Amino acid sequence: MSIGHTLLGLLESGPRHGYDLKRAFDERFGHDRPLAYGQVYSTMARLLKNGLVEVDGIEPGGGPERKRYAITEAGITDVERWLAEPEKPEPYLQTTLYAKVVLALLTGRSAVDLLDTQRAAHLRLMRELTRRKSTGDLADQLICDHALFHLEADLRWLELTAARLDQLAAAVTA
Amino acid sequence: MSGGDRTTGNRTGGAGKGRNPAEALLVATALRKAYGPTPALDGADLTLRAGEVVAVMGPSGSGKSTLLHCLAGLVRPDSGEVRYRDRELSAMSDAERSALRRTDFGFVFQFGQLVPELTCLENVAMPLRLSGTRRRAAEAAAAGWLERLEVGAIADRRPGEVSGGQGQRVAVARALVGGPRVVFADEPTGALDSLNGELVMRLLTEAAHDTGAAVVLVTHEPRVAAYSDREIVVRDGKSRDMERVS
Amino acid sequence: MSTSQPPFAGFDAVRQSGPDSGNENRAPEPPASLAIWVRDLALGARFAAGGGREGWARTGLTAIGVGLGVALLLLAAAVPAMMTTRDDKSLARSTNSGGYLARPTDSTLLVADAGTTYHDKDITGVLVHPEGPKTEPPPGVGELPPAGHMLVSPALKRLLASSPLLRERIPYPIDGTIGQAGLLGPAELYFYAGSDKLTAYDANYQNGNADRLAGFGYQGPSEAMGPTFDLLLIIVVIVLLLPVAVFIGTAVRLGGERRDRRLAALRLVGADIRTTRRIAAGEALFGALLGLLLGVAFFLIGRQLAAHITLQGISAFPSDLTPQLALTVLVTLAVPVSAVAVSLLRLRGTVIEPLGVVRQVLGRRRRLWWRLLIPAVGLALLAPLFGTVNGTGDINTYQIATGTVLLLVGVTAVLPWVVESFVGRLRGGPVAWQLATRRLQLNSSASARMVSGVTVAVAGAIALQMLFAGVEGDFSAGTGADPARAQAIVGASASNGRQTQDHLRRIAATKGIQAAYGYASGGATQADASTRQDVSTDAYLPLVVGDCPTLRQLANLTSCAAGSVFLVPPDSGQGDERILKTYASPGARIDLNAPVGDTYTGKPELWTVPAHTPTVTGRISPSGSHEWGLFATPQALDAGLLNAPGSQIMVSLDPKQPDALEYLRNTAEEFGVAAYVRDVRTTKVKASYAQLRRGLFAGAVLTMALIGGSLLVTMLEQLRDRRRLLAVLVAFGTRRSALAWSVLWQTAIPVVLGLLLACVGGVGLGAALLAMVGRRFQADWSVVAAMSATGAGVVFAVTLLSLPPLWRLMRPDGLRTE
Repeated sequence: MSIGHTLLGLLESGPRHGYDLKRAFDERFGHDRPLAYGQVYSTMARLLKNGLVEVDGIEPGGGPERKRYAITEAGITDVERWLAEPEKPEPYLQTTLYAKVVLALLTGRSAVDLLDTQRAAHLRLMRELTRRKSTGDLADQLICDHALFHLEADLRWLELTAARLDQLAAAVTA
Repeated sequence: MSGGDRTTGNRTGGAGKGRNPAEALLVATALRKAYGPTPALDGADLTLRAGEVVAVMGPSGSGKSTLLHCLAGLVRPDSGEVRYRDRELSAMSDAERSALRRTDFGFVFQFGQLVPELTCLENVAMPLRLSGTRRRAAEAAAAGWLERLEVGAIADRRPGEVSGGQGQRVAVARALVGGPRVVFADEPTGALDSLNGELVMRLLTEAAHDTGAAVVLVTHEPRVAAYSDREIVVRDGKSRDMERVS
Repeated sequence: MSTSQPPFAGFDAVRQSGPDSGNENRAPEPPASLAIWVRDLALGARFAAGGGREGWARTGLTAIGVGLGVALLLLAAAVPAMMTTRDDKSLARSTNSGGYLARPTDSTLLVADAGTTYHDKDITGVLVHPEGPKTEPPPGVGELPPAGHMLVSPALKRLLASSPLLRERIPYPIDGTIGQAGLLGPAELYFYAGSDKLTAYDANYQNGNADRLAGFGYQGPSEAMGPTFDLLLIIVVIVLLLPVAVFIGTAVRLGGERRDRRLAALRLVGADIRTTRRIAAGEALFGALLGLLLGVAFFLIGRQLAAHITLQGISAFPSDLTPQLALTVLVTLAVPVSAVAVSLLRLRGTVIEPLGVVRQVLGRRRRLWWRLLIPAVGLALLAPLFGTVNGTGDINTYQIATGTVLLLVGVTAVLPWVVESFVGRLRGGPVAWQLATRRLQLNSSASARMVSGVTVAVAGAIALQMLFAGVEGDFSAGTGADPARAQAIVGASASNGRQTQDHLRRIAATKGIQAAYGYASGGATQADASTRQDVSTDAYLPLVVGDCPTLRQLANLTSCAAGSVFLVPPDSGQGDERILKTYASPGARIDLNAPVGDTYTGKPELWTVPAHTPTVTGRISPSGSHEWGLFATPQALDAGLLNAPGSQIMVSLDPKQPDALEYLRNTAEEFGVAAYVRDVRTTKVKASYAQLRRGLFAGAVLTMALIGGSLLVTMLEQLRDRRRLLAVLVAFGTRRSALAWSVLWQTAIPVVLGLLLACVGGVGLGAALLAMVGRRFQADWSVVAAMSATGAGVVFAVTLLSLPPLWRLMRPDGLRTE
């Protein structure tokens, strides 16, 4: 999943220290494994280099943890684009998708559109796979079926999430 | 693509009756329909072009079947209009809509659609006979379609004596035998196992493509919807064309 | 072994003891206790009663079906009782005298018939004159009315109030009404009027106008109809009951599929096979008991309605329509038991497993041979009786009943085979025909049941009508009358010829009379009668005195003038021609003082037959009588010289005056107590035979209606079950008319087939019955036509009534599954 974009998204609601960022990330997205500090700082450095964030203020004392980061206009645009674009449908997307949904809710964007866009992308691939099945041999069919089942699983998750959006919004913004 | 023009009509694949394939065949606008207090449809739209397969998806109770009924002229919407080849369906009399369904539309449902006392062959021949074709010609055409859908061997059995998958293919044959322009399929594979479902979908879409018929496919299964060209999602009575989304 | 049984103890025990000893260790299933029976039956009843709208529809239809059948059975059972009650009442008020009573006592009374007819309604009237204070009034009457007043039946009271012409004829003031105990039915027109103009007849039934009775009521045997009548009655009852049984069988089988699913679900939950049978029995029992209640209600309502029905003058009081207790109990017990039996029988052919119900497909080859055996046995039982049912011999009721039942039941057994082979061959045709024939092929046992019902009802009706027509000679007699020449006869006693002339004049003056011919009739005897001791063997010479136009009606005259006299010899069988030759040849003398008893009384009144009296042949008079003897014009012979002459006036009515007959009757009323007016008919039919025939026709129509109702119910059930399919058919554009026609064909094919078979079978059975009573074969095609028309009517009615539900069901709403 894209750590950079996620951290950017978290910054959109307001400037934070590196330490705060990590804590926020862990709280919302770090269920399996918490984010390493090093990764946070290296990501932030990259984002800084690309102009997507800027340093807002520095606490006295040294070290990267003392910096306070704020998102730039370019950064907001980047988050926007990232949320609006569907992910390439492939397995184990759920963490990314979940992050996107939460962030969309947090930043006041339409999560429904996001889900629907993703759904359309999934279906397009499914269509392609189905077409390939009709012309392929048995091995092709088996492989395509495998992929189709997984895509279907994702699609079902997207549907279910769409149905649960109100609940989720309440939980997330609390 | 399987070629060959084995229909009783004179359409060729995709081109319709000499019409521009991109022109809209069936246009539904702002449909509203309520059975009781909650509306089944609350401002749904759909546009169907000749020869394309459109999947209508959505959770149970979302109104997708109602949308299909309105499109086919089976149910009159409370408001909104459905135009088929530029004719307003609500303005037509019951006899005219009935005639339209005989000649231009075909239907496949999930279950309970074949007349149990007629043989499969007679079931498939029925739409033609209702339109006035003589029995022999109708049954010959029906036999051809049964062969095409790989169920020629059960022509003389009754629907109660064949398997679910075979029965659904008979239903598909019946839907297509009259050379319809639009086939309405409501959860056609709902009662079938995966393999039979795939078979039915493949045969249905291939045959529809060959004869140039458009298909409105109502389903809640993504893998079935994957046989379509385009998808419409119906939620809480409102529709959303997925093609416009991305 | 632990003290508390582990859950699979029995199972383990079996396993432990090894496979070979498993069976002995299993305790035999104990017969279910009463508590279990009650529990299961109650559960079944709950299913029948619960289940929402569908469950109630099924139970309701079953109940209605059973109810109709029960009502019909009870009404059929009530008819013999009603006829007995009528007989009893009729006897109790009878005014037939038991013998001549010479002297009045304080309990005798004089009665005379004062009945008349008004617009084809028969009115019975009795003039009474009690001769003492202790005279018993007839049933239904508190006190005999005083002279000049009358008591009337309520129907007559209404009729009098609305018919001034009739009121002129019966002008007595009304003192009160006759009670139910004295009337045969609510539509009966009856009155008792007091009269002081009555004189008792003497021993020779002369010189008076009234009978002397000791009291009302007749202790003799009732009008015996004979064994032929009994035979007819038995067959009528059987014919009506068989279709009813078929109908009840149909009603109980309703809603089979849903019930099967329910039973399978019960098996899934753990009920065993016997439990499911008991539950099924409980469901059937609930419907049947409900039906029984409905049936009693229908019967009571039907009874009340019967009071308003008048079949050609015959009506019945509701309370008279009470079936015998034994029969009522039989019906009350038999119906629920047979309903339960039928539903259990139906379960025999199925295996109810937890995963679904499997209908054993019966061996499709239906065997013909045993089906032909039953009617053959029936015929064999009846054949030896051919020609034996006549006269007054006892008939072997059981043999006849068994034979007929077997014959009719045999027909019901053969029919399914016939229907299946016929229907199985039907092919092709338009869509509607195809749908109908395929449906019948799939479900031929149900359609065969329908056909059986129709066939038995109609065949029975045809056979019986043939039998009636054949034995009609027994019950009706041609009167030989000729209504073209005169339409009414007025008879009266006249003390002299002038009175006859007077009657004639008054009649000719009545409104609506075209022509009237009147003559006085009397008798003469041989000239030396006064000298003989015993005059009982003396010749009796009839005399007719009338004017020329009248005499022309009675004999073929060449010329006639005032003063003419003719001799008319009798037809063979009417009298002895030698009397004329011996005693009344031209120039002979005859004594006009003919004795009325065994001894000669009075003085001889001699009269000479004129010398040139011609002999002419007689004619049948308009009233059908053959007058013969000496015919004379009034100028030749004064009717006043005759002893107790009677006058006969033949009247021709003006066809343009509708009430001419009534005016005539009013005029005749003034002629005295013994006057009567009779309209001229060509046959007269014995009353109770006519009653039976009417009853039969009504019963046949009712039964056809019952079958029609059963067809309708089955059709509606079928439509309801196929709701989804109908919606699909509508979806792909099936025309409503196509489906309507398929309903018509589906109804018509079984009924038409049934009617065809019924005509064949009915004529055959009729032939057998006629052979039994020794009559010639003679088919009554009008009945065949009438029954066929009724059948066609049933088909149309059922189809028409099925159309509205069909239209309603043919909406695409049936496609909704959400």
